[in-house]
Amino acid sequence: MPKDIDAKESGIGAASKRREDIRFLSGTGNYTDDINVNGQAYVHFLRSDVAHGRITSLDTAAAAGMPGVLRVFTGADFEAVGGLPCGWQVTDRFGEVMQEPAHPVLAQGKVRHVGDPIAAVVAATAEQARDAAEAIELDIEDLPAVVDMKAALAEDAPKVHDDLTSNLCYDWGFVEENKEAVAKAFDEAAHVTTLELVNNRLVANPMEPRVAVGDFNRATGESTLYTTSQNPHVIRLLMGAFVLGIPEHKLRVVAPDVGGGFGSKIFHYAEEAFCTFAAKALNRAVKWTSSRSEAFMSDAHGRDHVTKIELALDADNNFTALRTDTHANMGAYLSTFAPSVPTWLHGTLMAGNYKTPLIYVNVKAVFTNTVPVDAYRGAGRPEATYQLERVIDKAARELNVDPIALRRQNFITEFPYATPVAVEYDTGDYVATMDKLEEIADIKGFDGRRTESEKAGKLRGLGVNCYIEACGIAPSNLVGQLGARAGLYESATVRVNATGGIVVMTGSHSHGQGHETSFPQVISEMIGIPEDMVEIEHGDTANTPMGMGTYGSRSLAVGGSAMVKATEKIINKAKKIAAHLMEASDADVELKDGQFSIAGTDKSVAWGDVTLAAYVPHNYPLEEIEPGLEETAFYDPANFTYPAGAYACEVEVDPDTGKVTIERFAAADDFGNVVNPMIVDGQVHGGLGQGIGQALLEGCVYDEDGQLLSASFMDYAMPRADDVPFYQVDHSCQTPCTHNPLGVKGCGEAGAIGSPPAVVNAVVDALRSAGKDVTHIDMPLTPARVWAAMQS
Amino acid sequence: MYEFEFARPASVAEAVKALSEEDAQALGGGQTLIPTLKQRLAMPSTLVSLSGIDEMKGIHSEGGQLVIGGAMTHADVAEGAEAYPALAALAGQIGDPAVRNRGTLGGSIANNDPAACYPAAVLGSGATIVTSAREIAADDYFQGMFTTALEEGEIVTAVKFPQPEVANYQKFLQPASRFALVGVFVARFADGVRVAVTGASEEGVFRWGAAEAALATDFSADAISGLTVEADGMIGDIHGTKAYRAHLVGVMTKRAVAAAS
Ligand SMILES: Cc1cc2nc3c(=O)[nH]c(=O)nc-3n(C[C@H](O)[C@H](O)[C@H](O)COP(=O)(O)OP(=O)(O)OC[C@H]3O[C@@H](n4cnc5c(N)ncnc54)[C@H](O)[C@@H]3O)c2cc1C
Repeated sequence: MPKDIDAKESGIGAASKRREDIRFLSGTGNYTDDINVNGQAYVHFLRSDVAHGRITSLDTAAAAGMPGVLRVFTGADFEAVGGLPCGWQVTDRFGEVMQEPAHPVLAQGKVRHVGDPIAAVVAATAEQARDAAEAIELDIEDLPAVVDMKAALAEDAPKVHDDLTSNLCYDWGFVEENKEAVAKAFDEAAHVTTLELVNNRLVANPMEPRVAVGDFNRATGESTLYTTSQNPHVIRLLMGAFVLGIPEHKLRVVAPDVGGGFGSKIFHYAEEAFCTFAAKALNRAVKWTSSRSEAFMSDAHGRDHVTKIELALDADNNFTALRTDTHANMGAYLSTFAPSVPTWLHGTLMAGNYKTPLIYVNVKAVFTNTVPVDAYRGAGRPEATYQLERVIDKAARELNVDPIALRRQNFITEFPYATPVAVEYDTGDYVATMDKLEEIADIKGFDGRRTESEKAGKLRGLGVNCYIEACGIAPSNLVGQLGARAGLYESATVRVNATGGIVVMTGSHSHGQGHETSFPQVISEMIGIPEDMVEIEHGDTANTPMGMGTYGSRSLAVGGSAMVKATEKIINKAKKIAAHLMEASDADVELKDGQFSIAGTDKSVAWGDVTLAAYVPHNYPLEEIEPGLEETAFYDPANFTYPAGAYACEVEVDPDTGKVTIERFAAADDFGNVVNPMIVDGQVHGGLGQGIGQALLEGCVYDEDGQLLSASFMDYAMPRADDVPFYQVDHSCQTPCTHNPLGVKGCGEAGAIGSPPAVVNAVVDALRSAGKDVTHIDMPLTPARVWAAMQS
Repeated sequence: MYEFEFARPASVAEAVKALSEEDAQALGGGQTLIPTLKQRLAMPSTLVSLSGIDEMKGIHSEGGQLVIGGAMTHADVAEGAEAYPALAALAGQIGDPAVRNRGTLGGSIANNDPAACYPAAVLGSGATIVTSAREIAADDYFQGMFTTALEEGEIVTAVKFPQPEVANYQKFLQPASRFALVGVFVARFADGVRVAVTGASEEGVFRWGAAEAALATDFSADAISGLTVEADGMIGDIHGTKAYRAHLVGVMTKRAVAAAS
């Protein structure tokens, strides 16, 4: 694959402009809320305003009589229907399966978090539905809420779910067999560094809030759900098979343009099931559009881990063991993939970029009276990276060694490398990315910049860290052993038209990643035809093969690989047709720049001649091959991919106010081969913005009664353009993935995974430059927190 | 929103009449009121828009004071109040362009949000609030969070700002809303100094008397170095403790003095 990426004008490596942006930027996108079905009605959900309570009476008679109201639904209407399923079952360290509570579509008897839906009013207009919801007479007996995870595990803590034995979902140990050996290594260590930290709870806040439109066709008995989803096939399977009992051939799920997801649109939500169910019950389409306020209390939240991490080192500063103790908040119910995030997406990454021989990770997942927590950009891997890179930084300071040198000394340098936490890194070059980082971040110039800042009365700090992530999820047989209740392959159908144009129907989905641009680049490269001869279709279960959707930086690595496999089948067949047309053997046919030729002869036929022959098979080897040119492939990866990199952040801290400004940020990433460097830059920029948001601004806060204090943008700080610097990003270090055909690794989450520790390391460094004995500050590093840390 | 009637009178007198209806409410730029309505936290019978009233518009000088119409938007003031640069700069820092193009001076001080910017300028300048019924001195007007001397149906038609020798507003942003976590307006007049603090106190905007006294004899940042406000009575929330806000009052005051000198 070409490394000289700027030189190319099209195909793999070209910075092709994002074709989907024409519609996104000109207001002509087709989002779920743009879909209106004739005669549709609107639903308004009555949601709990208390964190924990027992519904003592629920009278909907008055509401049902209000103008425009078609019907008021309550939990009783859903007694015969399944609850929302959880897609991953974790087995704890004693061999027991996790506690898995029921998750009703509408509350049954109890409410368990602020925002828990209790009743739903369907009316002719959205305003009428809302008016009627106010007329519902509801009495709730308040129960004490559990918000703090450790308090939730106390003997006498109120139980979120009465039918479970406690608020503990699972107590997971990994690798359990190593526990003793790890303890021994700690006993023998020359130095142990310990750090307690919080990975703050976040709200994903995609620009487009969630929307669902349920429709039902009485004539065919078919249900259709239009929804804001990253994975329509997954929703069809979960909702059809587990909640509503609708077989796939009677259920179509369409996710059109999706305005951002960051993980929060992976999961199957109650509102989707409700709209589909109600449309059938009422024989009328039913639409729900979330308000931003509802989004804060009903979209799955992210992160929310509390961790103690310990790092053991020998007398030469080699890492000898690592031990962590984490409490992970599940919220009130198990969201679709929640149990996997603090376990298999987190524990398996604790080795990071280092050859620590012994690792033990303990995770207690806890139910609380808060919104469910699930995957959010990076999902588990940011939590792992943050702990590890913070504790290494702390160790370097305790030992008085250079934090970069300490990292370099412990780098994994030989590949493939089997970690003590069950994964095998296929490729990587951590020395190269660190070298590149030192260059683009101008680490050498830091001391001079610090002097300048000090002259201006500011404290300057430098924070460096590495990260590794596991992307391209995942080998299905492996994740099956780990508790996944789904396979994680991907699919593509490549349909060549008679005149040579191509439509790819992919099981991946785009919620901003630019697949409509980058996927055609791959096919253009393979066949040698212009990119604009290829279109991508995704998002509709009616015309795409069963696929698992987009998350975990998997689309190009897994979905792209399926497309490559299908295209290879196309090329093989096209070569046979070309051989026939040229009266040659297909083994001799070469395809280059859209021309089939026979080596050593002047015979050639064009791509379009071959595709036409496939559909107008007058001169065609019908006895050997079928007419037509359309192939489907499924691809199940052999391993995860392991993007890695090194990041550097430089901050200035105002000593009078504690305000942190990011002066410089550099990211050196190894994503393997890069199909579109401009899109990759954009993905990294977005991830860095979110990581910086987590580090400095974003924090979802509940009070002790379970009321959401950060329930709107007035109190939940999203990063704005002027909160982030101009980034120095580089992805020229490329160690191609060894097991997928494109050699790609995935880039969607890297920025969000790698940046929080860099920011926090930098702020701690800045404070120490002023002689402050500060070893840690919990995110978000608001001015108030930084100032408070400086006072102590 | 709940349903409401809409009126757009052309004079203050008509507006006052319209507001005498039960549950009628004035609508300025709607930057506070419309979100409140959308959340169904208010249920006015009629919204009386003040945007069509010419006598509430304009910026002019009168007897050494700068008179600004109550319906002037923040953007109007940012552009049109050159005669009072500290005030123009304050208006230019409120919210974002969309907010500044609609939100009004009258609406802001009628609402008297404890974190709003204008109250600091009005109190710090010792301005006079002109209403549909009377004139009220700033010292009597602000009466605590979201509370003012305005009676039911009384309209802020203009504010008269005395023009100080030098003045400056320093705003420390609340990270999420970007309202003032603490904002300090300092104005030096021939006969004294006024220091008004917004964002910080549970009582809303207030004057910091000790700082005013110290600055009256020595208008320099150093003059207030040893002074602090009590943390008790400050706002404490997820964006900052009481102690932090008390500390910021000192920092922002010093910065305002330094920038004004
Ligand atoms: C995103 C955002 C950011 C903001 N940032 C800031 C900021 O940084 N600093 C800041 O100070 N403010 C900020 N604001 C508030 C903004 O300045 C509002 O414009 C202001 O608070 C209200 O003014 P309004 O004209 O929009 O009043 P409205 O919303 O129309 O009305 C507010 C209240 O005042 C009453 N009212 C309106 N006009 C009059 C009048 N002339 N006489 C009597 N009563 C009247 C109304 O009945 C209502 O009760 C922000 C607002 C938003 C939405």
